[in-house]
Amino acid sequence: MSKRTVELHWGKHHQNYVDGLNKQLATSMFYGYTLEELIKEGYNNGNPLPEYNNAAQVWNHHFFWESMQPESGGSPEGGVLQQIEKDFGSFTNFREEFICSALSLLGSGWVWLVLKREERKLSVVCTRNAISPLALGDIPIMNLDLWEHAYYLDYKDDRRMYVTNFIDHLVSWHTVTLRMMRGEAFVNLGEPNIPVA
Amino acid sequence: MYRRCSALLALVAEAMALRTLASRKALVAAALGGARPLSAARGVATFALPDLTYDYGALEPAISGEIMQLHHQKHHAAYVANYNKALEQLDAAVAKGDASAVVQLQSVIKFNGGGHVNHSIFWKNLKPVSEGGGEPPHEKLGWAIDEDFGSFEALVKKVNAEGAALQGSGWVWLALDKEAKKLRVETTANQDPLVTKGINLVPLLGIDVWEHAYYLQYKNVRPDYLSNIWKVMNWKYAGEVYENATA
Repeated sequence: MSKRTVELHWGKHHQNYVDGLNKQLATSMFYGYTLEELIKEGYNNGNPLPEYNNAAQVWNHHFFWESMQPESGGSPEGGVLQQIEKDFGSFTNFREEFICSALSLLGSGWVWLVLKREERKLSVVCTRNAISPLALGDIPIMNLDLWEHAYYLDYKDDRRMYVTNFIDHLVSWHTVTLRMMRGEAFVNLGEPNIPVA
Repeated sequence: MYRRCSALLALVAEAMALRTLASRKALVAAALGGARPLSAARGVATFALPDLTYDYGALEPAISGEIMQLHHQKHHAAYVANYNKALEQLDAAVAKGDASAVVQLQSVIKFNGGGHVNHSIFWKNLKPVSEGGGEPPHEKLGWAIDEDFGSFEALVKKVNAEGAALQGSGWVWLALDKEAKKLRVETTANQDPLVTKGINLVPLLGIDVWEHAYYLQYKNVRPDYLSNIWKVMNWKYAGEVYENATA
């Protein structure tokens, strides 16, 4: 990911969402809410309120910057790897599915690795525009921006190269591990599924 | 979910191969919707990437040659290739009576088919300045604009505002509502064609506000792209479409 892209993406796009949100909050009933509350309330069950887009994009981009680390990528270790192998079969399967999902998203959006609360497993999901898994009740573990502004300067229309480079060289499994640890405080991954008689 | 995903990827991979074989023939008809299908041996019509009637660099400085070339040769070409592939798959699914496969193909068809339809209109909406691009509309369309929007400037302002406010990817249109006999400004998401907003809507002008349409040149400043594109707007074409539709 080039310096120019990060400069523009963080310095302009992300900044604009922050400024836009602050401007909206000055006269909004959501003034004083935390960002996560804003996203959950603002989503309004699929009928997003005006503040939603800016709030979600601020959150999504922040999450995105933290999902990456220079010269990282490769594969995870320990507990995270175990969980991925459990839920996807193998790390290779997960990687394939991640790339595949990212390529099948039509238009702008994000691709996520989430921890699903109900199913109690990791899953790859795509969301359109600014939709956040937070609003849908799941725990985000890692994301990748698929809006064209995220990759156009570096890769033009080649979204596949962009996603492959991200998963192979940029994603921070460090951060993923930390987020998984936090997520496990809310989702019990250790318990067997005991059917109710 | 995973299986469907691989199938979609296979579609794209084959489409890439198909694209290199697809011939680039000029538009056969000046029909409103874009390129007419070429007849194919299989019995399923295939669509072709229409040629531009001007050079890639001819719209500068409003739109850079680099963008025009990528936009036409990569993006539009991909829509055409993927559309053809999806239609083939649809044909097969219909022949087999595979109802769920037919339904599943709809979003890919709408996306790629819409992309082909929309971009075919878009290339005709633009014209180099030397060939009349940017000249404001006259006669019937000009009067209709004054009547429905107050003034030409008001229309431009409205289109720019709606185009800038569109979240994500999509198009902003100047449309004729054939039934109500009024002009309207509409937006559509992703590659949804104008008709998805109203069956009686005829596209007069469309502006692509996907980031690929302007990013290399204008970066995140979509409003600058919008205010500049009027300099190469082909009002003559829009006027013709309008007169045909209101005849």
